[in-house]
Amino acid sequence: MMDPLLMNVAMIPAVAVLGIILGLIYKGIDRRLAARMQARIGPPLRQPFIDLKKLMMKENIVPKNAVSWVFNFMPVVALASSLMLLMYIPFLQIPAILAGSGDLIVILYVLIFPSLALVVGGFASGSPYATVGAQREMVAMLSYEVPLAITIVSIAWLMSMTGSIGTAFDLAAVSAANIWSLVGPIGAVGLLLLLVVLIFVTTGEMGAIPVDAAEAETEIAGGLLAEYSGRNLALFYLTSAVKMVALGSLIIALFLPMTPVQLGLVQAGNTGMIANVLCFLAKLFVVVFLSSTFIRVAVARFRITQVVKVYWGYTTLAALLGLLLVGVDILLKVS
Amino acid sequence: MLEKKKDADGDTSYSISVGPVHPALKEPVKLNMSIEGEKVTGVDFELSQVHRGVEWMGTRRNPIQIMFLAERICGICNICHIMAFSKAVENAAGIEVPARASYIRTIAAELERIHSHVLWAGVAAHELGFDSVMHYTWKLRENVLDTIEYLTGNRITKAIVTIGGVRRDIHEKQVPRLKETTDYYLKSFDKLGKIFLKDPVVKSRCRDTGILTKKEALVTCAVGPTARASGVRKDIRVDETYAAYPELDMKPMMPDMVTGETRGDVYDRIITRLLEVKQSAEIINDCLNQMPEGKIVYEEKIPKLLAELKGVEGEGTGRLEAPRGEVFHYVKMVGEDSPYAWKVRAPTYNNMLAWVPMLMNEQIADIPIIAASIDPCMSCTNRAVVAGKTSSILTQENLHRLSVEKTRKIREALK
Repeated sequence: MMDPLLMNVAMIPAVAVLGIILGLIYKGIDRRLAARMQARIGPPLRQPFIDLKKLMMKENIVPKNAVSWVFNFMPVVALASSLMLLMYIPFLQIPAILAGSGDLIVILYVLIFPSLALVVGGFASGSPYATVGAQREMVAMLSYEVPLAITIVSIAWLMSMTGSIGTAFDLAAVSAANIWSLVGPIGAVGLLLLLVVLIFVTTGEMGAIPVDAAEAETEIAGGLLAEYSGRNLALFYLTSAVKMVALGSLIIALFLPMTPVQLGLVQAGNTGMIANVLCFLAKLFVVVFLSSTFIRVAVARFRITQVVKVYWGYTTLAALLGLLLVGVDILLKVS
Repeated sequence: MLEKKKDADGDTSYSISVGPVHPALKEPVKLNMSIEGEKVTGVDFELSQVHRGVEWMGTRRNPIQIMFLAERICGICNICHIMAFSKAVENAAGIEVPARASYIRTIAAELERIHSHVLWAGVAAHELGFDSVMHYTWKLRENVLDTIEYLTGNRITKAIVTIGGVRRDIHEKQVPRLKETTDYYLKSFDKLGKIFLKDPVVKSRCRDTGILTKKEALVTCAVGPTARASGVRKDIRVDETYAAYPELDMKPMMPDMVTGETRGDVYDRIITRLLEVKQSAEIINDCLNQMPEGKIVYEEKIPKLLAELKGVEGEGTGRLEAPRGEVFHYVKMVGEDSPYAWKVRAPTYNNMLAWVPMLMNEQIADIPIIAASIDPCMSCTNRAVVAGKTSSILTQENLHRLSVEKTRKIREALK
């Protein structure tokens, strides 16, 4: 038997590669579906892999007035931090490698890293468009962090009120407890609201169309990424693919943890394992479809002021309402 | 490039340029903006990135050759230029266009208006980041392009107008296909209206964005849908009517027909253009119903026409309403092969000045949609090119002084 620590170390590259491949496949599906919804044919499913190969072969241009080491370093930080996220979140039936006490808080912090790397990279590239984009990205980050934090705190509070104080911020414990079983009908409505909020926050984290002010192609020519090319751009491309998988897996772990085996639909064992993996892929598809594909073909782009209004106003209100409903549910149960 | 500047109060402002090459612009123009945060505090623009010397080429060709050149001034509203040029030459030579040809010209011009406005709607949606609508509207546009091809043989550059008439007739068996197209656009008008006028995000981006008041529209001499959306009742088809328009019942399309008020914002400009798509379809229907029989061209034999034009001495003007506004052509003939002078003024030349009041105090995010809202066409507009650094710039005062001097000289010469 292998040493568990060594085993984990060996798992890290495997998870990273799996995450990247899965992310690129989902990006392909996303693009194809978006195209079909826009009455276009769309690219082949393997297009993200072709793009990646092309970007890797292209020249990596560093602008003359860029701070070159920061400019070149930030894509690496972005990809590394998004891969790090994957180590904390269980996906594809692989339990989280770095799972531990309070890992939900770590996830909250690590989630900021890729966006922050983009912002720093944007400022370092010395282009006016990238500077405007970086300013917008910072504002957007500040806006969607609030509803995100409220959602996570609500779940942790629910956990602690229902008897698992010690493991309230442990993703594995939340996932195992299945939060839907902890609440009554009022709380379920609250949780549903929180799920919607988290899906919309994912849209912001992904920088997909109504809230892509930081990249806004027609306004600031790609914004943050305006000066990036070649290998650096490929790294950012991979970052967004991995982030998509990580955020999707986070939503699945928090809100949709039930597997066919747990539900008793399939016998445990090899068949059960395959069924679980397929079910996970289906859930990930639903989350990606709702948070990215569907919304970006359905609406126009917001201005940055509207992004702030939507996240700080409506989304935060929705999250607070969800928290309130969950709270009412718990208090009714306790009394 | 981003430049830091300190103004008199010590506040820092940045300047950012949109263009000459930028994803929001379909043709090159350089917009120089001063910005504070996301707010635009100063607007200036530089033209003449795509000067082609069309007028210069024209004065070295005979009128028949210029027709082909005129049709290529603009890719989208090509028929307006050839029609305006033909009108100017007909005006100078005293040629009368047969009634049937006038109707066919009107039908072709209105088909072009439908295609231009639907194309514009797609571009506007793209500027708003609403690509689904762009693809949808461009799919709608295919129908009119196919019909234009069916009528004229070409999808875009129609080559149907000639000096003294048109080159192809509309036959009886072609009429049902045309009626199908007009029905299609009358039907899809509601759909387009639902997408552009009811969608909450589009509305929030366009309502009260890029306002051009009626006064500013008059001061900047805005034309076409841009002026009408600001409440200026101005349409060459009605004001200085031509072709078959005098025989049709039509009035300028104003945004208050739908909303009951005129704000002069991007939203109003969308309404005006959508209304005009419907109006164009109705005009085509009317034309098909009332079209008289008869000749379609003043002189079929081109050498004979050329010989006649060669003897013409005089000036002529052609004014008409293109999809974007007023097109104006001036031709001076001095009895030679080629005209002595040919002057073209495209509608964007007027409408561009309206950018300044529209863009002032708006957000960076709104620059693309506001810039697109006048439906700019750069290569039609560029009439001169400035090479290298200029030593002097003629301001309004200079020009005024020069014209006063010239008038005085003329007066003295007349004495």
